[in-house]
Parts: sequence; structure tokens; C-alpha cells
Amino acid sequence: MAEYHLTTPLSDADVEQLKPGDVVFVSGHIYTARDAAHKRLVEALDAGESLPFDLKGALVYYVGPSPAPPGRPIGAAGPTTSYRMDSYAPRLHSLGLKGSIGKGKRNDAVKAALTQYKAVYLGATGGAGALLSQRITDAKVIAYEDLGPEAIRELTVKDFPLLVINDCHGGELYVQPNLG
Amino acid sequence: MKMIPASDISQAVAAMCITANRELPADVQAAFERCHAAEDSPAAKEIFRQLLENAALARETGLPLCQDCGLGVFFVEVGEDVKIEGGSLRQAINDGMVKGYKDGYLRKSTCDPFSRKNVGDNSPAVIHFDIVPGDTLKICMMAKGGGSENMSRVTMLAPAQGWEGIKEFVVHRVAEAGPNPCPPTIIGVGIGGNFELAAINSKKALMRTLDDRHPDPAIAKLEDELLEAINQLGIGPMGLGGKTTSLAVKIKVAPCHLASLPLAVNVQCHSARHKEVVF
Repeated sequence: MAEYHLTTPLSDADVEQLKPGDVVFVSGHIYTARDAAHKRLVEALDAGESLPFDLKGALVYYVGPSPAPPGRPIGAAGPTTSYRMDSYAPRLHSLGLKGSIGKGKRNDAVKAALTQYKAVYLGATGGAGALLSQRITDAKVIAYEDLGPEAIRELTVKDFPLLVINDCHGGELYVQPNLG
Repeated sequence: MKMIPASDISQAVAAMCITANRELPADVQAAFERCHAAEDSPAAKEIFRQLLENAALARETGLPLCQDCGLGVFFVEVGEDVKIEGGSLRQAINDGMVKGYKDGYLRKSTCDPFSRKNVGDNSPAVIHFDIVPGDTLKICMMAKGGGSENMSRVTMLAPAQGWEGIKEFVVHRVAEAGPNPCPPTIIGVGIGGNFELAAINSKKALMRTLDDRHPDPAIAKLEDELLEAINQLGIGPMGLGGKTTSLAVKIKVAPCHLASLPLAVNVQCHSARHKEVVF
């Protein structure tokens, strides 16, 4: 298993080299979006409106951070469970989204979209919100502020630690449960 | 009659909400250390290393362990000889929770189920009251995250399905949940009662410490049997494979209707954030 240091926006070549189990340290800007923000993004697309950030080469992080205490850019910021965004993800990938960050399983439609549009699904450690927060150097709300923790934030990250769960070649890291 | 000021209750609840979210329980910390040593797979070991570092950082920085600071769930045992002064008990607990989530920079996660608009202060607290003899007030608080709660289920088995049916349902539930609820999980199982009591009991069971043995040896044995079957699934920490899919199984049993075998599985994430205070 290899280790990569990648900077956003990601290219096809960045994504194509990744295999399940590879460790990826991401630096640059990533965008937070979870349930309610995804609904609004897709509604904006349906209405023919432009999105609050450029999807080309972007990485979306499924997270609703806790409030930033004084002196910190953000509170705890670990991943939420990804399957709830499955119904939105393929459309975003078709428009250039290069990857998502979360925890837990994706459905077949998302896995197919990763292959078709050369994108990757990255896992962050669930419940390690205080730890992951240390790798976020800046956070600003760029859309849907009324959604509170679900607002879209542009995060600046430095060596944000991730694992490749689903690659763009159909590979997956999660083990199948042994039911005997 | 013991008089307890509502303001004392609010203050204690606020403090409990903050510490529950910042401090990994000692039994969980010990379990992480034990599992870190026991796992062979480097990926599984690495998860436990990160979770231990996360706990140390939360303690040091005052950040919550997890950004999902949960719904505030309370089990309250109210002694019949307790009187609350200067306010209602429900209000005192809710006010304390709201204050704790505000002052502790904890995430507010309640929303309208249709509009999905955030309520803004994490209210209302989910409170279950039991009236008990005596003059003691005991308040147990759990910060319950959505990811693990979403993997929980209630089912009404037929009595003929018996223990084998229970075991199959619980193990399959954990298998299907896979990496989603932040394994290694703790599994609360409510057996018997009725539809709602099984669910409440499955959550109450999660208030026990990991090393607490069930007082009934027969039930303790069933907990061991379920835990062994779950850990044979090999899902491992965060679904990356390994020996530890769950840290513990806790069962709470109640008599049920002749026609029924109610069963609830409440999945708890690895950090098992809960606290209690006694007046």
C-alpha cells in the first residue's frame, strides 16, 4: 500500500494511481457538504443556477463540524456516514467532482460513477473529530449559512489523513462480513 | 422530602453534557488500549492509535471527541420523596442541556423532520423518567450520535424463533451496518417488553460500563455468545478488518406478551459518550 501527498484540485492522473488501502494526505481547499447542503446543490443544478464552488477537480467532505471555540478555525471535524449522500453523488461526479470524503459504504451507483468519471471515495476515521480538526488551518462559510453545521464551508487543510476506500478501477477496501 | 433546586440540576446537566462530549469514559479508554495491543492488522491498530490520540487531544484542547455531539438523551430516576424547587424537572434538564451545548461549543443537531431546519440549541432533550422509591434523583446522560442510531432496529419476532432468532437478527444487523456506525461498536439489546419498551431497554443497556457483568449469569453468557459471534464477522475497527467489531454486548430483558418476542438493537459508536449524576 502506497502513500501519496496530493494537492487540490485533483487531476485524472492523481486519482488513477490510487488503490484501496493507500494512504493519502490531502492539502489545499476542500468543501464541506452533507445532507441539507447536497439537497440545495442539486436543487440549484435543477434550476440552472451556478454552484457556490467549482466542482472541477474538487473534493467534498461529508462533515458538519462543531462550532469553533475562540482561537481555533473550526471545532471537531470528523466524517459523517456517506450513504446518505449516495443519491446526489453520481450527478456531482458527472460534473467534475473528483472525490468525496466520509465514512461507511457507498452504493453501486456511486461506485459506477467513480469508475465512469475517474473519481475516488476516501475514508477519514469516524469519531476522531478532535484529531482531524488539527489538520484544518482555516474554515469559512461560503454558502447556505442558515444551515448552521450543514452550511458549505471552504476548508484549508494541510496533510489531511485519508484512506482510499473505493478507487476508480472498481476496487474496495471494506471487508465483507464473515457470516459463516 | 428532599428539596433539590432546579438551578442545581441545570448546572449539573450542563457540566455533564460538556464532559460527556470531551472525555472518553475510562472503561472505553482501557478497552482501546487493550484492543490496540491485541489487533494483528496494522490498519486496525492504526485506528485504535488514532482514537487514543483523539481522546488525548480532546482532553487537552477542550474540543469534543466527535463533531456529532448527538441528541441529549436522559434516563432519569426520580425518587418519590424528591421535590424540585423553583422550576420543573423536565425544564431544568432541557435548560441545562441547552446551556452545556452552548457553553461547550458542542454541535447542535436537532432539526425539523420535514424542513430539516436546525432548531439551533439542540433542544428538546429526549428524557425518559422512572419514578422510584426513596429520596434520590439520578440523571444519566448519553450524547447519542446519528450515525450509530441510524443503524439501530426494532423487530417483533415470533416466539418460536427464540434465542436463535434473536441471535441471527442481532448478528445480521451488525453485519449489515458494517463500517457505517463507527465500529468497534457497543450493542445494546432489548429483549421482551413490547414495541417501545424493547427500544428503551436496548438504550438503557448501553448505560452500563463495558466491564459490567450482567447480574444474571445466564444473560451474561448470552452477551458473551453474541459478542463472540459479532467479532467473528471480522468487520473490525472502521470496517477495515480485524478482531474487534464490537467492544461489548449489553442485554436488558423484560417480560412480554404471550404472542410476541420484541427485540431491539441499539447500536452505539466506539466512544460511548455517557455520564451520570446523583443528587
